[in-house]
Amino acid sequence: MNPSQRLSLHIPEPPARPGEEPDYSAMRIPPAGGLERPPVDAAATALHGYADALIRVLDDSGAACGEWAPQIDPQTLRDGLRAMMLTRIFDDRMLRMQRQGKTSFYVKSTGEEAVAVAQAFALDDGDMLFPSYRQQGLLIARGHSLVDMMCQVFNNTRDRLKGRQLPIMYSVREKGFFSISGNLGTQYPQAVGWAMASAMKGDTRIAASWVGEGTTAEPDFHHALTFASVYQAPVVLNVVNNQYAISSFQGFAGGERATFAARAIGYGIPGMRVDGNDFLAVYAVTRWAAERARRNCGPTLIELFTYRADAHSTSDDPTAYRPSSEGARWPLGDPIERLKQHLVGLGQWSEAQHTGLAAELDAKVKADLKEAESYGTLSTPPDSPRSMFEDVFKDVPPHLVRQRQEMGY
Amino acid sequence: MSTMNMIQAINSALDVMLDRDDDVVIFGEDVGYFGGVFRCTAGLQKKYGKTRVFDTPIAEGGILGTAIGMGVYGLRPVAEIQFADYIYPAFDQLVSEAARLRYRSGGEFWAPITVRAPCGGGIFGGQTHSQSPEGVFTHVCGLKTVMPSNPYDAKGLLIAAIEDDDPVIFFEPKRIYNGPFDGHHDKPLVPWARHPQGEVPDGHYRVELGKAAIARPGSEVTVLAYGTMVHVCLAAVEESGIDGEVIDLRSLLPIDIDSIVESVKKTGRCVIVHEATRTSGFGAELSAQVQEHCFYHLEAPIQRVTGWDTPYPHAFEWEYFPGPQRVTRALTAVMEG
Ligand SMILES: Cc1ncc(C[n+]2csc(CCOP(=O)(O)OP(=O)(O)O)c2C)c(N)n1
Repeated sequence: MNPSQRLSLHIPEPPARPGEEPDYSAMRIPPAGGLERPPVDAAATALHGYADALIRVLDDSGAACGEWAPQIDPQTLRDGLRAMMLTRIFDDRMLRMQRQGKTSFYVKSTGEEAVAVAQAFALDDGDMLFPSYRQQGLLIARGHSLVDMMCQVFNNTRDRLKGRQLPIMYSVREKGFFSISGNLGTQYPQAVGWAMASAMKGDTRIAASWVGEGTTAEPDFHHALTFASVYQAPVVLNVVNNQYAISSFQGFAGGERATFAARAIGYGIPGMRVDGNDFLAVYAVTRWAAERARRNCGPTLIELFTYRADAHSTSDDPTAYRPSSEGARWPLGDPIERLKQHLVGLGQWSEAQHTGLAAELDAKVKADLKEAESYGTLSTPPDSPRSMFEDVFKDVPPHLVRQRQEMGY
Repeated sequence: MSTMNMIQAINSALDVMLDRDDDVVIFGEDVGYFGGVFRCTAGLQKKYGKTRVFDTPIAEGGILGTAIGMGVYGLRPVAEIQFADYIYPAFDQLVSEAARLRYRSGGEFWAPITVRAPCGGGIFGGQTHSQSPEGVFTHVCGLKTVMPSNPYDAKGLLIAAIEDDDPVIFFEPKRIYNGPFDGHHDKPLVPWARHPQGEVPDGHYRVELGKAAIARPGSEVTVLAYGTMVHVCLAAVEESGIDGEVIDLRSLLPIDIDSIVESVKKTGRCVIVHEATRTSGFGAELSAQVQEHCFYHLEAPIQRVTGWDTPYPHAFEWEYFPGPQRVTRALTAVMEG
C-alpha cells in the first residue's frame, strides 16, 4: 500500500436507491433445514456459528425441514396464522383511520408479523414482554381486546392510558405487556432487570424484549447485553432486523461488517440468526432460547432477519429512499403466505378456508372499530383534563394541585 | 440511640430496610463485597447475601435501566451512583423512563427506585467528583429530589425514600459525611459525634419527604439552604450577628413551600444558598417562588449565593465554594437593601 495515500471516509450506501433495481445479490440464503439444533445448555462458545448462519425451517415448497422443525399441532399453527392475519388486517384498518384524521399517528408491522406472533406463541403466558412499537402482534397473539387497542390509538373516552401516550404506545399489564416508551432501546436493560428480579426471587417466569436493528447502536442495547451476561439473566433479547431504521439501511447500524446476532459473541451470549419470515423457525429458536433461560443457562440474543414491507410510520414515505419493488422481491417471502402454504401442504388448510378466515377477521375488525369509534376518536378527549395531573406521582403533590387549579380544574 | 456519622446513618437506613423488606435490593459499582468507595454499604452483603447486595458493571445507564425493570417486577431497588458526577450516563433512564413510567402507562407500571449519589465539592475532587446536579433533576416532572444535611435526617429521609413508590434521587453531600463542615476549611472538622443530629435512633423511623426543617430560628432574614450549605449558613449567621432564620429544605421536590413562605413573610428578606452553579439552578426556582408568594412582604431584593457558573476548578476549590464569607456578604447586603 502506498504509505502517503490520502485517507477517505466510508459512508455506507445501500445496494439500491429509488429508480434502481432491488439488489439482493450479496444476501446469503442457506437452504432450509441445514442446521443442527444444539442442546439448550450448549456453551455459548460452541454456538458462534449460529450468529452468521440463518436458521430456516420452511423450504420454498412450504415443507418443514431439519432438526429445528418444531412439533406444533395443526390447530396451534392455524391459531398462529389467524393471529398474523388479524395483525395485518388490524394494521391496514388503523392506517385508514389515520388517513381519515381519526388519529394522529400509526405504525404498521406489515411483513414482520411472524416475529411477534410466533414469539408470543413460543413464550409462556406469564413471561414478561418489553416490546418496541412494532410488536402489536404480541398483544394480538395473547388475545388482547382489539377494541382496547383501538381506544388507545384513538385516545378516546375508553383509552386506558388516559390520552397521555402517542397512538400505538400500548401498555397492558394484565397481558404482561410492558408500557412502550418511544425512546428507543430503553426497555432492553429494563427487561434484563425484570429477569434478574425474577431470578433473585426464585420465580419461573422469564422476560423478553425487542429492538430494531437500528436501535442496536444505542448504549442501552449494550448495557442490556452486559448485565444479561454478567448475571446470566433469564431473558430473550430480540433484534428485529427489518433492514431499515426510518430511511437508514442497516449499514448505518454496523450491519455491513457483522451480523446483529454476532454482537452477542463478545458478551459470551449465544447469538442466533433466524429467518424472521419463517413462522416455524422463529417459533423454534424462541422456544430454544426460552427453555435455555428457564433452565438457568442464561440469556440469548436472537436476530430476526426480515423486511419492513411498509413505511416506517404514517409520517414516512419510503419511496423517497428505497426502490418501491424491493419489498415484493424480498427473497424470504411473506410470513403469512409461507405459513399458509405450509398448512395447505399438510392438508390442514385450504384456499377457501383462507379466504373465509380473511373475510371473518375483516368483519371482526370492522365491528370492533365501530364499537371503539362509539367511544370517540382523537377529537373526543378521554377524560377531564383534570386527569392530566394524576400519575405524575402516586399522590398528587401540592404544586400540581395548584397548577391544576390554575388551569381551572 | 447511637452516635453516627452520615455514612453510618445511611448504612443503618439500608440495614433497617434490608431487614424489614425482602424486596429491597442494593447494588452499584463496588457496593457489594467491598462496601462502597465511601463505605456506605459496608457489611451489608455479608449480612444479607449476594443477591440482596451486589456489585455491578460500570454502566450507570445499565444500573438504572435494570433497577427500573426490577422495580416493575415488584422489588424496591436502591442503586448507588458512585459520584453524582457520573449520573449523566443514566440520565435518559431517569428522565424518560423512571420519571414518566407511571404517567405514560396510566398508572399500570411504576419504578419505586431510590438512587443514592454522593454530591458536592470541598474534597479536592476536581470537576468530576464535586458536582451538585440537583437542579437538573428538580426540573424533571416525576422525580423526587432529596438532600439531607445531617445523620438523623439522612437515615430518616433515606428510609422514607426507599418506602416511597415514586423514584427518588437521594443526594449525599459527601463533604459532611464525617462532620458538619461549615466552610472553614482551614479549621479542624468537628465530628458528628459532637453534634446533636449525630444522635441517631437504631431502628426504623421516617423523615417525611417534602418537609423542611428550621435549622435555626431567626427574625431578620430567611436563609434557604440544603446539604452542606446549611452548616455554612449557620456559621455565617453566627459570624455576621444578623438574626437569620436558616431553613434546611431537605426535600427539593416536593418542596415545602408553606414553611418558606411563612418564614419570608415574617422576616421580609431572603437569601438563597447552594453549592451548584447559579444560572437556572434550584435557587432560581426558589427565588421565583418566593417573589410569587411573598412579593409584598419583601423589603429587599432576594440574594443568591452559589457556586460560580464554571466547572469546579481543582486548585481554586475555596474560591469556588460558596463559603461563610460570601454568605455573610449577602446577609449584609439584604439587610441594607
Ligand atoms: C432515542 C431515540 N432516538 C431517535 C428516535 C427517533 N426514531 C424513532 S424510530 C427510529 C428508527 C428505529 O429503527 P429500528 O431500531 O431499526 O426499528 P424499526 O423502526 O425498524 O422497527 C428513530 C430514529 C427515538 N424514538 N428515540
